[in-house]
Amino acid sequence: MTDTLTPVLSDDWDTDRAWTLRAYERAGGYQALKKALTAQPDELIELVKDSGLRGRGGAGFPTGMKWGFIPQGDDKPHYLVVNADESEPGTCKDIPLMLATPHTLVEGVIISSYAIRATHAFIYVRGEVLHVIRRLQRAVQEAYHAGHLGTNIHDSGYDLELVVHAGAGAYICGEETAMLDSLEGRRGQPRLRPPFPAVAGLYACPTVINNVESIASVPCIVANGAEWFASMGTEKSKGMTLYSLSGHVNGPGQYEAPLGITLRELLELSGGVRDGHELKFWTPGGSSTPILTAEHLDVPLDYEAVGEAGSMLGTKALQIFDDTTCVVRAVLRWTEFYKHESCGKCTPCREGTWWLVQTLARLERGDGTEADLDQLVDLCDNILGRSFCALGDGATSPITSSIQYFRDEYLAHLTHGGCPFDAEAATLFAAERVPA
Amino acid sequence: MSAQITEGTLAEMRELIARYPEPQSALLPMLHLLQSVEGYVTAEGIETCAAVLGLTAAEVSAVATFYTMYKRRPVGTYYVGVCTNTLCAVMGGDVIFDRLKDHLGVGNDETTDDGVITLEHVECNAACDYAPVVMVNWEFFDNQTPESAVQLVDDLRAGQTVQATRGARVCTWREAERVLAGFPDDRADEGPAAGPATLAGLKLARERGWKAPAPDAGRATGDGGAATKVGAAEQADTTRAESESKLDESPADVVGGKTDEPIDVDKHSGEGSS
Ligand SMILES: Cc1cc2nc3c(=O)[nH]c(=O)nc-3n(C[C@H](O)[C@H](O)[C@H](O)COP(=O)(O)O)c2cc1C
Ligand code: SF4
Ligand code: FES
Repeated sequence: MTDTLTPVLSDDWDTDRAWTLRAYERAGGYQALKKALTAQPDELIELVKDSGLRGRGGAGFPTGMKWGFIPQGDDKPHYLVVNADESEPGTCKDIPLMLATPHTLVEGVIISSYAIRATHAFIYVRGEVLHVIRRLQRAVQEAYHAGHLGTNIHDSGYDLELVVHAGAGAYICGEETAMLDSLEGRRGQPRLRPPFPAVAGLYACPTVINNVESIASVPCIVANGAEWFASMGTEKSKGMTLYSLSGHVNGPGQYEAPLGITLRELLELSGGVRDGHELKFWTPGGSSTPILTAEHLDVPLDYEAVGEAGSMLGTKALQIFDDTTCVVRAVLRWTEFYKHESCGKCTPCREGTWWLVQTLARLERGDGTEADLDQLVDLCDNILGRSFCALGDGATSPITSSIQYFRDEYLAHLTHGGCPFDAEAATLFAAERVPA
Repeated sequence: MSAQITEGTLAEMRELIARYPEPQSALLPMLHLLQSVEGYVTAEGIETCAAVLGLTAAEVSAVATFYTMYKRRPVGTYYVGVCTNTLCAVMGGDVIFDRLKDHLGVGNDETTDDGVITLEHVECNAACDYAPVVMVNWEFFDNQTPESAVQLVDDLRAGQTVQATRGARVCTWREAERVLAGFPDDRADEGPAAGPATLAGLKLARERGWKAPAPDAGRATGDGGAATKVGAAEQADTTRAESESKLDESPADVVGGKTDEPIDVDKHSGEGSS
């Protein structure tokens, strides 16, 4: 039996000046790189395939398989782009990882680039995290000075340049093809596929795009083996991962556990839902994953089981809302986000998200009618599956799932002539503001 | 050339361009650099980028207007962003934002008369475990209350040194933009590695003695761990034999079936929800 929590990526976060090369190397950092450089690139791809590592950016695609799609022996340059855009509402795992131990990511980048034969790699990090960017810049500088980056790395004959690239505020740039356009200095809008990035990505060359946590998981796999990694987790969801607990809980934060832990277990460990209140609804993996309720406390948080429960594991961003929260208000706010972030390229999403906000706002104010609820469902039908990228699909998730579980609460806004909840009661400082 | 965009700025733009395989990739960093020099993206700044990259001003403008961090009007010394995405909003972000608007006498995306503070509501800043969150020049101010947020802006307006919760002492917005452009300010060593929420799970694991399996866990199943094999190749340096031995070693197996068609990669990965 593996332990309930299995800190690997987070294991060094509490060391003194964890972000420095010195601290990282003292904890065994960059040993995996040295080992990797003695292997053939293809062996590393096999290793990552064998480990069962699946992408931690939301979709859970097998990482080794993705790498395997990169053509071999072509004359084109290959690129690795790390998706450090972390902007999906609720998602807050990559940013603390890069703040605390940026070298874990940098080492992962070097090994992964070597495996896919890339000579240029980029960390595309959202721009709104200044200190994280400082730490990444410093880590990259240190890695160059130590000979982990640059030309002829540790006499292996392998060359790699790594650039930290700050974005400029656009959720859509987290979508991998939009990210490529953005990195090419354009508006960040998704591309038509095919061609796929593995064939024609950055500058029309073979490109792998992976999430921060996916790439940061590579060094431990190289160091400890595929079987070690696969000894954690469930049958099809292998390894340990970062679960991020936020909202109305007594112990918000990062919990690194084998895939398949349940929310009930996580809540028990962390002190539960805010005292005096009950769990009302939650997201398993950010706002684009359909909400779940207290019925789902025992669903194993892996890719398969959350899917069967009607949602998606997504980014494992567990946003917890208790009984003080108005679900309509929550959903409206998320929908406003999608409307704001819609890149405008396709009509179902551009127009659809606008209409969704109009209709939801009307319902929230208590001005709507029951027919508006049906209209919402219709609108979602027209967006889901008809949008050019997954942003449009994601926008419908909170709406359809909340209507499924909380239809009565929508109706209560109509009978009550507005929101029946006291928004103040939901705040973190509610207790302190109890009238004197 | 304006008083602000100097030869030095142009040289730095060329330095940025040299970091990328293709010049236009430097456009986002160049726009950050411009903001650090001019305080926002000016028409002249757009012309400059266009000239340096051989693009039209319309092309550069189309890019600049797409991204919310590029500002079309001068920004104050401190950009204060209150997260009002759902989780922070519910936890108190809405109350904080309203209080700051009242206190500062400005609306959303407006700057105080003294030019010190620009207030805006921002989307989820990947710090939900510290909700409600306020950002100052993109530094984290965690677990805010209306009172602490008011104190924060008062301190900023009084010219006091302000320390981020997980970050450095707050610099000016222009200085921050320069770092984002790719010119480090060497302040990475300020601030902690992590805040309490970041360490919540780790602390618990330490208390209970919970750990990831020992590195040789895989060997218990009888077959050598893959890392051991890579290690073996290291010693024997016979990579051929190594890759042969790999074939029968796949207990973890590949998840999701095998296919050689790239189709699935991106279809699936494009469905990502983060
Ligand atoms: C609108 C949208 C936003 C996304 N944002 C992110 C993000 O911030 N970080 C991320 O890693 N993946 C994000 N993704 C998923 C990426 O498209 C892609 O699947 C992922 O980066 C692949 O990496 P992985 O296989 O390692 O998970 C987003 C997808 C969509 C549709
Ligand atoms: S679904 Fe939305 S974000 Fe995606 S391409 Fe269409 S308009 Fe852009
Ligand atoms: S919702 Fe505010 S930081 Fe995520």
